[in-house]
Amino acid sequence: MIAALANPLRFMAFSRLAAPILAVLAVGLAGAGLWLGFAAPPDYQQGETVRIMFVHVPAAWVSMLAYACLGVASFFSLVFRHALADAAAKAAAPLGAAFTLLALITGSLWGRPMWGAWWVWGDARLVSVLVLFLLFVGYMALRASIDDEGKAARAAEILALIGLINLPIIKFSVDWWNTLHQGESILRAGGPTLANVYLVPLLLMGAGYAAAFGALWLARTRAEVWRRRAVSLALQAALA
Amino acid sequence: MSALTLLFRRELSLAWGRGGGALLTVGFFAAAAMMFALAAGPSPERLAVVAGGVTWAALALASLLSLDRMFERDFDNGALELLALGPLSLEAVSAVKCMAQWAAGGAPLALGAPLVAMALGARPQSAPLIAAVAALGGIAFAFLGGTGAALALNSRRGGVLIALIVLPLLTAPVVFGGSAIAAFAGGLPWTTGFILLGAYSLAAAALAPFAMAGACRSALS
Repeated sequence: MIAALANPLRFMAFSRLAAPILAVLAVGLAGAGLWLGFAAPPDYQQGETVRIMFVHVPAAWVSMLAYACLGVASFFSLVFRHALADAAAKAAAPLGAAFTLLALITGSLWGRPMWGAWWVWGDARLVSVLVLFLLFVGYMALRASIDDEGKAARAAEILALIGLINLPIIKFSVDWWNTLHQGESILRAGGPTLANVYLVPLLLMGAGYAAAFGALWLARTRAEVWRRRAVSLALQAALA
Repeated sequence: MSALTLLFRRELSLAWGRGGGALLTVGFFAAAAMMFALAAGPSPERLAVVAGGVTWAALALASLLSLDRMFERDFDNGALELLALGPLSLEAVSAVKCMAQWAAGGAPLALGAPLVAMALGARPQSAPLIAAVAALGGIAFAFLGGTGAALALNSRRGGVLIALIVLPLLTAPVVFGGSAIAAFAGGLPWTTGFILLGAYSLAAAALAPFAMAGACRSALS
């Protein structure tokens, strides 16, 4: 399917429909997830604050999904010199930074009632997600600081691929270092340990956030494609 | 004399700068550690507890200093194009530049680190470990710093951008080295952090030249 969308004209035709559909899907799924999330009973230990999980955990999932998308797009752009992949990579970075920041802030808000601390420097997962945020910011800064767009793209792609190592570190950090953050409760050997009454709204919110990321990413990529066309048209007009 | 040795001697003499390069780096390192000491307040016991960690953090920052001259000088005066056309691959050239950076900057920092740590109140028994951590971590700092320097070629803002790119990659060696130093100070086993630091440095030395060469080729094209 990625190969089919590699053609820019086909991508623009596809995304014209897909972006609004994903947006509607996102609102529906997130709405259903929030409804069920607030209908779920309060946790026997955490009380009502457990509901922050429905905002925090999907944001963290999508932040990693966004970096994975950035990495894959950068790979295709670097190896195949594909301009559309480069536009997609450029479009994904601010979204990823926003979702990571959301995960960090909501996690901090959840940590205060749960652990008594806004932030713990000794926890590997917190630090590696902060590193993920800094990688997004560094990517955007590097892209913005090089005037030649082609050279900026190449340099930023290399940086994005270097940072991919952070994703397995984030995932397995709670296994390798037993500090403070909650261990793996869903994607683990033996299946999820979360009760269904929480798992179902959480998965719905996860799907809703992912659909929202998809819609926004498609919209931003379209905008980047149009921007590049506008720039080349302006150049042609100036040279004519 | 082989091309590699010749290039290493050139890079080392440029980075060493008749003593100026190493002196500047160690001077900044001492000044930064002094800032931490002055800012920590009047209690020497409190400072002694964090002395090793503060020294290590100041060392990481000091190793960022001379990064923007690593590739940019050669890029501006055309030497990088000649090196790209020469008998050595750009990967080898990048690796040699980083090793020279480590020899001219990282090694003097590693020698000065125990002195600075003791000035902040660390015990003398921790001096060998601090020097070893600084030397081993310096390899990672040199190679990852070189990666940032190569990626930022052609950019409008050199130094600060390189620091922004490189610092997230440096968090892992800083954490590993810091945990080794803190564990030793607390009487706990320190080998895990030290071994992880060594592994990270070796991985950086093995993989970073490919990233640097790719970035140089993109900048030269």
